[in-house]
Amino acid sequence: MGNTAIVVALLVGVAVWFAVASRLTAKPWDNRAQAGDVGVLRSSPQRIGLWVFMAVVTSLFTLFLTAYSMRMHHSVGWCHLTIPNVLWVNTAVLLAASIALQFAANAADNGRRDFARMALFTAGALSVAFLAGQVLAWRAVGPSLYFVQGSPAIAFFYVLTIVHGLHLVGGLYVLGRSSLRFANGAELIDLRQSLSLCATYWHFLLLVWLAVFGVLLFL
Amino acid sequence: MAYVAIADRDAHAHDPHTFFLKYIWSQDHKVIAIQYSVIAIFVGLIALVLSALMRLQLGFPDTFHFVDPSQYYQFITMHGMIMVIYLLTALFLGGFGNYLIPLMCGSRDMVFPYMNMLSVWVYLLSVLVLLASFFVPGGPTGAGWTLYPPQSVLPGTPGAGWGIIMMLVSLGIFIVAFTMGGLNYVTTVLQARCKGMTLMRMPLSVWGIFMATILGLLAFPALFVSAIMMTLDGTLGTSFFMPAVSSMGADPGHDGGSPLLFQHLFWFFGHPEVYIVALPAFGIVSDLLSTHARKNIFGYRMMVWAILAIGGLSFVVWAHHMYVSGMNPYFGFFFATTTLIIAIPTAIKVYNWVLTLWKGDIHLTVPMLFAIGFIFTFVHGGLTGLFLGNVTVDLPLSDTYFVVGHFHMVMGVSPILVVFGAIYHWYPKITGRMWNVRLGKIHFWLTFLGTYAIYLPMHYLGILGVPRRYYALGDTDFLPPSVHTINAAITIAALVVAGSVVIFLYNMIVSLWKGEKAPPNPWGATTLEWQTPDTPPSHGNWGPRLPVVHRWAYDYSVPGAPEDFTPQNVPVDARYPTGTGHGEG
Repeated sequence: MGNTAIVVALLVGVAVWFAVASRLTAKPWDNRAQAGDVGVLRSSPQRIGLWVFMAVVTSLFTLFLTAYSMRMHHSVGWCHLTIPNVLWVNTAVLLAASIALQFAANAADNGRRDFARMALFTAGALSVAFLAGQVLAWRAVGPSLYFVQGSPAIAFFYVLTIVHGLHLVGGLYVLGRSSLRFANGAELIDLRQSLSLCATYWHFLLLVWLAVFGVLLFL
Repeated sequence: MAYVAIADRDAHAHDPHTFFLKYIWSQDHKVIAIQYSVIAIFVGLIALVLSALMRLQLGFPDTFHFVDPSQYYQFITMHGMIMVIYLLTALFLGGFGNYLIPLMCGSRDMVFPYMNMLSVWVYLLSVLVLLASFFVPGGPTGAGWTLYPPQSVLPGTPGAGWGIIMMLVSLGIFIVAFTMGGLNYVTTVLQARCKGMTLMRMPLSVWGIFMATILGLLAFPALFVSAIMMTLDGTLGTSFFMPAVSSMGADPGHDGGSPLLFQHLFWFFGHPEVYIVALPAFGIVSDLLSTHARKNIFGYRMMVWAILAIGGLSFVVWAHHMYVSGMNPYFGFFFATTTLIIAIPTAIKVYNWVLTLWKGDIHLTVPMLFAIGFIFTFVHGGLTGLFLGNVTVDLPLSDTYFVVGHFHMVMGVSPILVVFGAIYHWYPKITGRMWNVRLGKIHFWLTFLGTYAIYLPMHYLGILGVPRRYYALGDTDFLPPSVHTINAAITIAALVVAGSVVIFLYNMIVSLWKGEKAPPNPWGATTLEWQTPDTPPSHGNWGPRLPVVHRWAYDYSVPGAPEDFTPQNVPVDARYPTGTGHGEG
């Protein structure tokens, strides 16, 4: 595990170096090498901001899952969580929400307003259904504080799912604002970026959920 | 071109028209920077007073009865946490980051001004929650700034009920504020630089702040995770960190938690935090040295690479804070090695600062004095860090005053000297006024010599074996009477240094009204913030047109140039040649 992480880190480091080497080896005092271009990333600030935010959230969940693993291995008598079946359904629902949002973003790109409206509504409804499903899972896992205190696995399950759910709620707030603009007659071309960013964020949250679910299942 | 549009976008979209929008709910990065700085300095002064109270107790035990043992631990905890997080992190990134990034990159503002404004108000909320803990039942937490469980949440530790929860909630709020600000700083540097401002033409101040922000964005989640889990341990009775313990004769009901897990999480944040504070200081001091020595920074590219290398390596040294924690000894070997490796890029930076001064036209202005003072204190703190980075040397020195002397030198005094130097340096641009030079020099010498008088003897105390964290040493056989004399002398020096801050504040506040009117570029600096059409810069920074950058930030004393500095926005031609990169490492 440790060696794999080191190798992966090295590979990522080498890849990053090759990606930025030409910029970081430029001689700034040598004006011939600088045509006056600024070399900014070819993407909107909002998209860059989202990617940076997703890096922060990745760090957050990586640390949570590392803590889960360490807590499991440090303690005596760790009792594994019995995974409630509803989580499989929730996973499928979040996957469907993510796909629906991608359809909405594509429809906005192509100027298909009616389809975009339907896909947007479907994505929102499925996301809310996912959150409702998580509540059902909490009830199935341990319906009272007694279980949370008694089992660190259950406590971790609550923390991980709540933190993930809160990120989805944040996404729903942004999606809700875009939907409101849509409902108020905003042009699709003005909503393209917003819907595209929402789709990216939903895909990311799906990946995070798959990582969390995978760790709960297999670790 | 796309980049011009981004640097220039929304130029007047949030142009304020009322006093309220201009100075309170402002979205202007310069106003937000000042708000951040004022809040940070205010809360830092509280931490300074707390340290003076602690020193009174340590220097003259049984004399000042208003500091009891519980309060002493509460003061230690609040002093440490405030200084590291709420003062230094907020001031360097929220204060200097906000002010300098758009101006030095040639942008009109941060790319997300509204979120930037939210950031400072959420930061204020975190400070208010933290300070409110002084008024809750039991007072603030006295668990030490590392907040180690199990003692931090168990009865017997001051503030174990409300205090620790307030601290954790405040930290959580601070991290939210930092994330909102950090997204702005990173995105602005990546996306909103003016034409010609390539990455390798950015001043090192921006590089330092940029890298420190990335470290913060990736490391603060570790503190966030531990804060959430410890809050649940303290309130709901979970056992993430809490082992089965008996506390004050009672069973608190925890079972199987891992205090070591908390330490790993805390220091995974805690060590990058050192560099979150240090990297902006590195960058700023590079610019101060270059400007006031009228010489290009030695080895610019190597300075940038060193910042990046230090940033990367700072994530793999955290457990050198945990040699005595009982972790696997092989970990100690690994982390001692990485700790020695990180010394290499750090040493490169020190060499380059010294070589920048070599044969420079050194102007001993007040900012320059603080910058040179930083080199002394940082080398001092860095070298004692090499002692503590080695397991076998650390074991006997751990939990002694040697450690206190070390970390105060390296991440207390050194960054604070840079903060002072930077404030003196940019004050004319920020306020449009000059400060009193004589008071500035008095402030420097009192601070520089005074901090040496405080922390140098602490190393000696540590080697004698004087333990840290003790409310009073009492009479013990292994400590000679000179220890008490030294402790009293340290306290007197500490009070003098604390008093010198009053001189600084007086100078800064009075100069706002009575200071001489500042010229636009009093130091003859090359970077863009000194080339604004107005001083202080007006809303939007640049008037109708953004600057265009034609050269790097260090064209000082270029042979053939009419002056000993050529600003970045002056085109390169026969009359204004560019530097040769002399000194490239």
